[in-house]
Amino acid sequence: MPAEIVQLVDANEVVVTVGGIRKTVSSALIENPSVGEFVLIHVGLCLAKIDREEAERTLALFSELASDGENA
Amino acid sequence: MIPSFSGTLFEQFKDRDRVLRVAEQLHKEVNGKLVKDGVGRSYSLMEFCGGHTHAVFRYGLNSLLPAGVKMVHGPGCPVCVLPQGKIDAIIKVAERESDLIICTYADLLRIPAAGGKSLLKQKAAGADIRMVYSPLDAVKVAANAPDRPVMFVAIGFETTAPATAVAISEASRLGLKNFFVYCLHLLTPPAVQKVLQAPAETVAVDGWIGPGHVCSVIGVAPLRIFAETHGRPVVISGFAPLDLMQSILMLVQMINRGRLKEISNQYSRAVLENGNQVALAAMSRVFQTRPFFEWRGFGLIANSGLRIRDEFSAYDAETCLAIEDVSVGDHPACQCAAIIRGQRKPDDCKLFRRACRPEHPVGPCMVSSEGACAAYFQFINAERFARGFAADEVKA
Repeated sequence: MPAEIVQLVDANEVVVTVGGIRKTVSSALIENPSVGEFVLIHVGLCLAKIDREEAERTLALFSELASDGENA
Repeated sequence: MIPSFSGTLFEQFKDRDRVLRVAEQLHKEVNGKLVKDGVGRSYSLMEFCGGHTHAVFRYGLNSLLPAGVKMVHGPGCPVCVLPQGKIDAIIKVAERESDLIICTYADLLRIPAAGGKSLLKQKAAGADIRMVYSPLDAVKVAANAPDRPVMFVAIGFETTAPATAVAISEASRLGLKNFFVYCLHLLTPPAVQKVLQAPAETVAVDGWIGPGHVCSVIGVAPLRIFAETHGRPVVISGFAPLDLMQSILMLVQMINRGRLKEISNQYSRAVLENGNQVALAAMSRVFQTRPFFEWRGFGLIANSGLRIRDEFSAYDAETCLAIEDVSVGDHPACQCAAIIRGQRKPDDCKLFRRACRPEHPVGPCMVSSEGACAAYFQFINAERFARGFAADEVKA
């Protein structure tokens, strides 16, 4: 599940919440983290940012698939 | 009828009705092809990543697939592909260095080693072996125990390698003299190449699902060449049930339409064309590729493993703790090697559910949270149960 950044601790650490749990993780592998962004957490580090607009596009992609498979 | 589930944006990727609607579309796509050709066609689709294998069974997706769509389980389970000799080597160091603290991920602890040993049994016998969640936790262990050597056993593909690189950089920043890393990191593209080069009669794969988390680091670009060269399409997928069902449908459509040399990115919310440049830079600063690395199931694969660069050799456990790399054979009846190659399924193995069970595993695929045997053991009954009612819901 994506984690949401809720607090910036210092240059290399952020607090995230995932499934209602708060956790301090390293942000050393992502650029310019900001509060409200969603990230993928792996072994205690933010591995990638997760793009909400792309998530919405992927959810919509399904309806395109349902109506017209050629658009996949 | 279970009511429709509406949650937050990301929870919608687990929405049951959405998954069932895509499954229905998949059945139509497969059946449409049947009618046109007059013969049944089958689709062997490999999910490279062990995380995908577990998701397929955990969410019962297997039970929603048309009969012609077969999932083949790939080698993307870092613990499974680690040869037993590496575990033997770690145990030897633990036996020799009595004040050594070994930190590693939980998956590694129960992998069977020579002489019926495992890291967990060594721990029970008194070795100081600690399970950590993050390599940065191992750095903290070293900082808090400056008079004792601490070895982090670093396993995994491009998803964990950048984290290990950050840990080594952090140890260097802190000036730690007692932190060592046994670097067993692996690279995905050479393994993909190895799988795709296998003769068609051994592993017939019509298309494959690309590892979403690995690709969030390496990007789409490094896998494109495989689709183009081998003519088997790739869809990079997320890990929620809707992600996988969409990806399977996309693959079947690509195959049906002859778009065999293409790669699609279903997991675009986390995977960019060129991946995570910060993570890639962190990796290349600390690691370089090894000429060869031994994989269980494949033997030596060129340029498939990472070692620590000479600039960081003060943190390299291989030299600092004189780890002896030995190559040993697997248990003679264990089918893990063939399962890793996608040539056998877990229930083809005579040991599965009998001599080999989670409480006394014979091979690594039964231990790892990404192993195919562990997935079959945990979920296959649930999956067969699900087949009963799911079949009614998906009207093909």
